[in-house]
Amino acid sequence: MLNIGNKQKRVDGPQKVTGKATYAADIASPFYHAYVLQSTIACGSITAIDTSAAEAFEGVKGIFTHKNLPERLKNKVDYTDPLSPPGKPFRPFYNDKILYNGQPIALVVAQTFEQARYASKLIKVTYEEKKFKGSLSDNLKNASADRAPEPASNRGDFKKAFKNSDYTIIREYRQSRNYHNPMEPHATSVEYKSDGSLVVYDKIQGVASSLKYLNGVFGLGADRVQVKSDFVGGAFGSGLRPQYQLFMATLAALELKHNVQMVMTRAQMFSFGYRPEVIHTMKLGCSKDGILKALSHKTVGETSTFEDFNETIVDWSGLLYKCDNVNLEYELTPVQSYTPLDMRAPGGVSGVYALECAIDELAHEAGIDPLEFRRKNYVDYDQNEDKPFTSKELMACYARCEEVFGWKNRKDLSKTEPHLLKGYGMATGSWEALQQPASVSLSMNEEGTFTIKCATADIGTGTYTVMSQIAADKLGVSIEKIKFMLGDTAFPDSPIEGGSWTVSSVGSAVASVCEKFKYRIADIWKRNNPDYQAVAFEDISFQKGKLEYGSKTFAFTEIMQQASKEELSIAHSESPAAGQNTHSGYAHCCVMVEVTVDKDLGIIKVPRLVNVSAAGKIINPKTAENQLLGSMVWGLGMALREEGMVDTRYGRVMNANFAEYHIAVNADIHDIHTEFVEEKDDKVNPLGAKGVGELGIVGLAAAISNAIFDATGKRLRKLPMLLDDVLEA
Amino acid sequence: MKPFQYTRLSTEDLSLGTTLRDSTILAGGTNLVDLMKYGVEEPDSLADIGKLPYAQIEESDKGLLLGALVTNADTAYHAAVKSTYPVLNKAILAAASSQLRNRATNGGNLLQRTRCYYFYDTTMPCNKREPGTGCAAIKGFNRIHAILGTSASCIATHPSDMCVALAALEAKVHVLRKGETIVIPFDQLHRLPGDQPEKDHNLEPGDLITHIQLPAEGFSEHFEYLKIRDRESYAFALVSVAACLKVSQGKIADIRVALGGVAHKPWKLKEVEKDFFGKEASTENFQSLAEQLIQGAQGFGTNDFKISLVKGAIVRALNNALNPS
Repeated sequence: MLNIGNKQKRVDGPQKVTGKATYAADIASPFYHAYVLQSTIACGSITAIDTSAAEAFEGVKGIFTHKNLPERLKNKVDYTDPLSPPGKPFRPFYNDKILYNGQPIALVVAQTFEQARYASKLIKVTYEEKKFKGSLSDNLKNASADRAPEPASNRGDFKKAFKNSDYTIIREYRQSRNYHNPMEPHATSVEYKSDGSLVVYDKIQGVASSLKYLNGVFGLGADRVQVKSDFVGGAFGSGLRPQYQLFMATLAALELKHNVQMVMTRAQMFSFGYRPEVIHTMKLGCSKDGILKALSHKTVGETSTFEDFNETIVDWSGLLYKCDNVNLEYELTPVQSYTPLDMRAPGGVSGVYALECAIDELAHEAGIDPLEFRRKNYVDYDQNEDKPFTSKELMACYARCEEVFGWKNRKDLSKTEPHLLKGYGMATGSWEALQQPASVSLSMNEEGTFTIKCATADIGTGTYTVMSQIAADKLGVSIEKIKFMLGDTAFPDSPIEGGSWTVSSVGSAVASVCEKFKYRIADIWKRNNPDYQAVAFEDISFQKGKLEYGSKTFAFTEIMQQASKEELSIAHSESPAAGQNTHSGYAHCCVMVEVTVDKDLGIIKVPRLVNVSAAGKIINPKTAENQLLGSMVWGLGMALREEGMVDTRYGRVMNANFAEYHIAVNADIHDIHTEFVEEKDDKVNPLGAKGVGELGIVGLAAAISNAIFDATGKRLRKLPMLLDDVLEA
Repeated sequence: MKPFQYTRLSTEDLSLGTTLRDSTILAGGTNLVDLMKYGVEEPDSLADIGKLPYAQIEESDKGLLLGALVTNADTAYHAAVKSTYPVLNKAILAAASSQLRNRATNGGNLLQRTRCYYFYDTTMPCNKREPGTGCAAIKGFNRIHAILGTSASCIATHPSDMCVALAALEAKVHVLRKGETIVIPFDQLHRLPGDQPEKDHNLEPGDLITHIQLPAEGFSEHFEYLKIRDRESYAFALVSVAACLKVSQGKIADIRVALGGVAHKPWKLKEVEKDFFGKEASTENFQSLAEQLIQGAQGFGTNDFKISLVKGAIVRALNNALNPS
């Protein structure tokens, strides 16, 4: 009967592969279709906008620009969402100002998508252009720590320790801008009801965020709008904040009093957030025997001119290895672009990339094997926070990864062709294991089927499946008896799905509500069976949909007949475990990679990737492995492929499509092996589970970079690492 | 997408002399429809040639006649192409994705347009798309751009893989012009940009490619198509080399080297090839050929690496052709 720990297939799998899963753009109501016209300059203002030809075009129902934004959207309107960084959020059509190239400047609503798209081209816009800083490099001198949150406290005396170190390195690492590119483009479908209320189907990682935004901007409270999001076709952080299609479709629906749908094009998917370009400066020093003595990590990141987007980047360098003398600095500089946005393992992936490259460089300077170097500098408490970890089985990851990969004998692993150089690299990865408050409700029907509701999301991660597994085990019923429902503002509150905390937060709440149900049904049973009034709860068990006491069994459905419906509708709000305060929770991994580099042509290939993770209790090894594979593929893409190419003369992304923005394809992916080591954790949350949605991408780019060095003797201190970087290094 | 007239042509339309002059020809549509969505191409009228009788591959003593409407996939997997012209098979399969190859036609492949970022973005200056507006690529992102035969007005490349193999094979293109079939040697089909980069090729309005004629010699013994790109599939060539050799007692009896990703057309110099006839098939000679073939190559910043890369690629391709795996 145990589901937890089983490779349970996705409960929503059949719906997905038969096309029955309804994503935000799959709603079948008769919609008007909205298409956005985007600015072609990055900075300045609109001096004239002529929409007459577009208005006259067949099928056009309405056009919205800064010229006709309803007055009520201008005064005392709150455009923030729960994850707005400091600054002023982007306000579509608010005035004539252009803040970035690709900014939505007009919305055309028409009977068909094609009509709207073409009519948008008939709008004539004239601009007054201003000079601007188009990139991080262009605007480094305006980088400031004042705009960024303060990193973890410095400790010890970095300068002195660095000076006294036997081996030191000072290195700069650069990462280019990356875009999320989920398979499903952002979309919002708004149904306009006869009473003026709305049902909004949004692509979002948490419906509460959409609701908060709609309430702030349009004054639509939960009484007038319901936000739903049954399925999300990948988001990776791009759905953490409501994106502009929500504003557009809602504005049009309210003004035209009609259903409106807006689906972004792939090119438009490059017109909002992204993982920012950053530059890291690393200074590390160690003793002769490889003990880390001094570490300084400074990062400068790009943000927009209107919001100060920040990530936790440099803190990771204060966390991963034992070091008494640490200096951490973080600065932001504005560029003429939209605000960056959290992307899978935000901050961690960037900070750990620089740290793990630098650690490899220092180990090399000291003449110590990179794995040995990491073991020497292992730390078993959180130095930033001065707290113990809830659990940390990283040493076991190192040992198992070393064994599976064959790290010790790696140099004589296999023969290669004469022009191919082979190299091996490794890195440590880590991600937070947080728990947020979450609420759920549970009810059982006459057939003994349980409906559990929570406003959380399933962004492809497996929420439906994992929650069903947890509930089935806790209730002692088969998984078919569980109906888990999510993505609806009518359901109990949930944290946004992100931060790898959904299993930890919602899963713990599900476990608790099931526990409450068992107490409740035991009470009803005792109430109606006077013989058993004195039975202790501990002496009862729950299996196969039945309450068991001694040799007697009582079906839940039978007991239910003696109760009111209300009695079997149970709500529960779960607070984070005490261990979340007293301890630091992190998941860890070790990643090892093999690369080949063509010494004449510079072509880099990755024949083998091995990741061994410690992430507490793994609820579903199938979906967990799935997440690791996905994040490792992306790590490879980040290392070798992906680059948002912004032409700084125009502030414009020049490769806003899948042909030229290179995500890794099947042919790029060879052997990937993932494993989990046993990690017991009774502090992180009641389930002892840590999320794995982000862990696998952390450290991977560094491991590939380190392997390229091993193969070629060249350090390519930038991402992505392209064949010309090899040839020119 | 701008509204347009759509006509599906029949063989009668052609024999009646219906002119193709005023229409844009639609075959597989894998490039044209994309460009229409982007607003790069805004034809008033589309002539769909999908039903015209050019969808066969015919064998003869003189070689293979590839219909213009045969798909890239059907061409690559045709038995005679696989056995006699393996360099063509390899080049086609190195291109695009299987979905695109199933749809794209041979004629359309020849006439596909450049993948220059600035050509594709209608908000950008581009002499090819809008003559006289300037070239944003020369001082912009030009990592994928040309190093040979460029002009001050355009540094775009021709993106086809198939064409590079066809250039190496010295194929001929059959064109229906005013009711007559004319034959154009492959190296005269495409152009260098000069001061008219808006013209990709030497066809006249109303011309229709009907067939590609492959010569009898297919270099099935010594061949290679080497494509160097930013990922292992679904990426255009940074540099590609179609290499064909005939070797007799260690000496070069015939040699063909065509380059992709480096110019506005597949780059091939017959006079350079001829210099090596009779010489030893050695790495040294291949290096020397590579030097001569790319003489005058000029980078524009981010594509400077192509100059050394293409030399390495030529030598590798010829060595691979010499010893096919």
